[in-house]
Amino acid sequence: MTFVPAKRPLEPQGWLGVPFVVVVAASVLLTIPVRVFDVGLPEPVLPLIPAFAWAVIRPSVLAPFLLILLGVFLDFLWGGPAGLWGLSLLAAYAAILAARPMLTGRGPLMLWLWYAVACLLAFSVGVLLTWSRTSQIPNLLALGWQAGITILLYPFAGRLIARYEDADVRFR
Amino acid sequence: MSLRDGPFQDIKVPLTWTAAVAVVVAAVVGLALVLGDRRATVQGQAIETARDAFDRVARPVSGVLATPVRWAGDGIDGVRQYFFAVSENRRLHAEVADLEHWRDEAVALRHDNARYEALLGLKTDPPMSMVSARIVADAHGPFAQTRLADVGVEAGVRPGNPVMTEHGLVGRVLGVATGVSRVLLLTDVSSRVPVMDERTDSRGILTGDGSGSPTIEYLRGEDPIKTGDRILTSGDGGLFPRGLPVGVVYQAVDGNWRVRLDSDDGPIDNVRILLFHDASQLLARAPGLNQNNLPPLAPADAAQVQAQANAAAASSAPPTAAQAAQLAQTATARATATATHPATAAANTTAATSSHAAPMTVHVETPHAPRPRRVTVPEEPPPPPPPADDNGPPV
Repeated sequence: MTFVPAKRPLEPQGWLGVPFVVVVAASVLLTIPVRVFDVGLPEPVLPLIPAFAWAVIRPSVLAPFLLILLGVFLDFLWGGPAGLWGLSLLAAYAAILAARPMLTGRGPLMLWLWYAVACLLAFSVGVLLTWSRTSQIPNLLALGWQAGITILLYPFAGRLIARYEDADVRFR
Repeated sequence: MSLRDGPFQDIKVPLTWTAAVAVVVAAVVGLALVLGDRRATVQGQAIETARDAFDRVARPVSGVLATPVRWAGDGIDGVRQYFFAVSENRRLHAEVADLEHWRDEAVALRHDNARYEALLGLKTDPPMSMVSARIVADAHGPFAQTRLADVGVEAGVRPGNPVMTEHGLVGRVLGVATGVSRVLLLTDVSSRVPVMDERTDSRGILTGDGSGSPTIEYLRGEDPIKTGDRILTSGDGGLFPRGLPVGVVYQAVDGNWRVRLDSDDGPIDNVRILLFHDASQLLARAPGLNQNNLPPLAPADAAQVQAQANAAAASSAPPTAAQAAQLAQTATARATATATHPATAAANTTAATSSHAAPMTVHVETPHAPRPRRVTVPEEPPPPPPPADDNGPPV
């Protein structure tokens, strides 16, 4: 007889609060000025992980506002213009929320693909906002580097989804 | 009566719709943040205040996190120095022998330079004070490239101050609070710095794009730069002092001229913040630059000015007695200077046509005389530039 671990209940502090705190802490850790072989630490956009996972798990009223908070936190932490990452995260979240009926029940590879699409959408919004502000498009190589590292982190989003997606069958 | 007891008690809004409304509201908030993050607006000031508060909190946190990393780095450096002491010693001996030649040349050049400056009467920039700082946080994404330094307003740091390492220019101070400063790197997508080619003196704008090597734009002339040229700050616009080392030019595969930054030659962990705000600071600190060093008038011009001033003073309705007296005094003083100036004979022909000595005609209105009268006075120097905004010049 095998035991299947019970799915976590959908308590806001569990599926919203814990990822929020973990992402904030990890983002701060990645700003430590370390250089190994003249290369600094990678700088993925960690809030894109919960932005994708929260949209897949279930619709929520709190999640968009938490994403705005995470975005403002990133803007202040990295010294960028306020609102840039808030809007970018929201764009990714809204797109995945709209495409949610197509995502439920899909395999991990398909979800990874959708996660990559969400990341590219968020970066596109970031590029658009930056261009409107400075009349300058960020370097494509630097964009690709950051987007690539962020896309590689899908397993964390997949783990969060696997934990909570079946917690409330009404949203399957 | 509560809403539950009313006619809407049976209405249930789908959660998806509610979530969509929440997304729209959050998007409006985000848009307001984007639009509000502008300088010289109330919202912009509020965001700047929030940023400063955030940085004040982030500095100790990042400092604590960076401390073990710094210790580890120091330990690794210590071990490396121990094992490579002999080879390092040999290298340093060779370097000292090579640098002695440059030292002698520098001493000779400094002597010559001082003589030329004295002969030409050049006004050089006064020495500039600076403070040292340690970098405690680093952001290097394509949208924002900034660093957090652990000194702030208490050390005299202001927005706009240039930041350097021992190798070259790093960027400038973007925001400052108590105990912490936010440094905008040259590679940031919003960074614009006026630079010049050391070889050709041609000017351009160093433009960050989020990569490690910023581009040079707005170059003028034919072949203004070539690969290997050294790039310095030009000082144009007064944002940076002139002559700070920036880097070396190369042509990238995309055809753009890019600069390999000198500051990349070593880790940016300790920096120097130059307490330079803009060119008006140099004027304030060098009173000689504000003095009127106009050449003396030719005797004929001086006599004409004095005659006009006397006529103005003797008229029935003088503009003001003080003004007429001042004109007379100025004319007398300049006529005297003309007589005693060692280069009077040579200057007599040129000073009269020089732009410095060209008289300026102004109209002076007085309450007693309804018709404006023409009074010729020596040209005044332009007013000093207004004090710079605390937020620093726009980039």
